[in-house]
Amino acid sequence: MKLAVMVNEGPYTHQASDTAYSFIRAALDAGHEIFRVFFYHDGVHNGTRLTTPPQDDRHIVNRWSELSEAHDLDLVVCVAAAQRRGIVDPDEAKRNGKDSDNIAPGFRISGLGQLIEAGVQADRLLVFGD
Amino acid sequence: MLHTVNKSPFESASLKTCLGLAQSGSDILLIEDGVYGALAGTIHTTMLAEATGAISVYALGPDLKARGLPEDRLIPGIKVVGYDGFVELACANDKVQSWL
Repeated sequence: MKLAVMVNEGPYTHQASDTAYSFIRAALDAGHEIFRVFFYHDGVHNGTRLTTPPQDDRHIVNRWSELSEAHDLDLVVCVAAAQRRGIVDPDEAKRNGKDSDNIAPGFRISGLGQLIEAGVQADRLLVFGD
Repeated sequence: MLHTVNKSPFESASLKTCLGLAQSGSDILLIEDGVYGALAGTIHTTMLAEATGAISVYALGPDLKARGLPEDRLIPGIKVVGYDGFVELACANDKVQSWL
């Protein structure tokens, strides 16, 4: 089955990033396809590569990047939510005159249309947030 | 429809609202702090105990464990599932409604 996931909460806040990650892992293990993971609102903080949690803690951002690499996951960060919160890719940095970018590997910045498309194309859309 | 509830009934009305709107035959999965709603012998036990039957209620095992809640303290009839069970419930139901 084709599943899409939306994450609306930042990492290390409550549990949404962890629950979404564990759900996706289980879905992939069961042979399902993850059509897209869409990060919205504070969920965009899942996509900054500058995160440095303590070494004995899980690295939520790297975990997403590694899962994306292993399973060719489409990790999409909402552009408007990202701009508000300072999540920037090289194109956005250039367009908005920023001196650097911070998007993590495997993530890309795009618009809300990507969420709508995920809702239309996938068999199920699951929302994780606070 | 699968309803997921991630808030404790002690902090939020989402479980109550969910129970008020869930149709007979739906599934409810308690996740994250929502698993506190699965406990027997609390002021919130009655509403969930009354709903089980027409509605199937599940609790996510890893979240129970993370909170130190043993399965023998749950309301009878509530089934404990893992993330694999969560995936199965999401696929078995035609829609998933997250009560956030």
